[in-house]
Amino acid sequence: MPVQYIPRTRELYSDFAPYRWVVNADTPPWTPLAKPISQCKVALMSSGGILYRDQPRFHREDASYRRIPKAATQAELDVWHFGYLTKDAKADHNCVFPLARMRELETEGMIGELADPAYSFMGGIYSGRKVRDELAPKIVDELKRARVDAFYLVPA
Amino acid sequence: MCHQSVGLIARVVEAAGIPTLCMTSALDITQSVNPPRAVFVNFPLGHQTGKPHEPELQRRIVGDAMEAFQTIAEPGSIVQLAYVWDVNDRSWEDTDYTAGFLPERPPKEDADKAEAERRGRFVQ
Repeated sequence: MPVQYIPRTRELYSDFAPYRWVVNADTPPWTPLAKPISQCKVALMSSGGILYRDQPRFHREDASYRRIPKAATQAELDVWHFGYLTKDAKADHNCVFPLARMRELETEGMIGELADPAYSFMGGIYSGRKVRDELAPKIVDELKRARVDAFYLVPA
Repeated sequence: MCHQSVGLIARVVEAAGIPTLCMTSALDITQSVNPPRAVFVNFPLGHQTGKPHEPELQRRIVGDAMEAFQTIAEPGSIVQLAYVWDVNDRSWEDTDYTAGFLPERPPKEDADKAEAERRGRFVQ
């Protein structure tokens, strides 16, 4: 059975007022894929707090993001996040940031192209407004500039 | 919180004209934020695209997600993949994200020290 994380979070932070999760009961926005995924330029983003080489770490309620070069190797990546157990992601970033796997899918031709760079942020941000109004528009600009056809997001 | 943040970004990007797909391991949070397309894997948080050092499993999960990108036709769909973390032991479902599960955030001095050490490794 899937774990119910909303009640778990309520228990974990029972000293605080219950967190008000975003509830979107509408039909979500929709843009059809314009062509087969094998012809698409796909961008990857992880909320797992991935850092490349000497990039600065994330802070509380930090709505900034990092550009991660497509060719980044395991030794060049670190993880800075306190909302999940990062041991496995530190040992192998592909648990939450499947950069190496996406490169392979590009080589195999399952996707047309993996966009360069990929992106990372620290997803443990309480303010939904900050994510929606500050971070998301910047990502839209990045993706439009890169002429991306599809966007793959991985939480942690 | 990661799942909410990712879903919020996906909705904004999709509304701006770029199709999105969110991975998820927290079904209830994803259902609440309601992104355009999602693929669910019932693994502990921090393993949304698989276990460490198991590239074949990771490859299958990510491949399934790319496949779902083109098969999902209904806005708000969540495709549930059949992968099982451990067929003999489901106890992680009782303990994931419960009291005492997350480590304390390190004091600023320790964080600064760790960051200086990391950045030092990459100075030209």
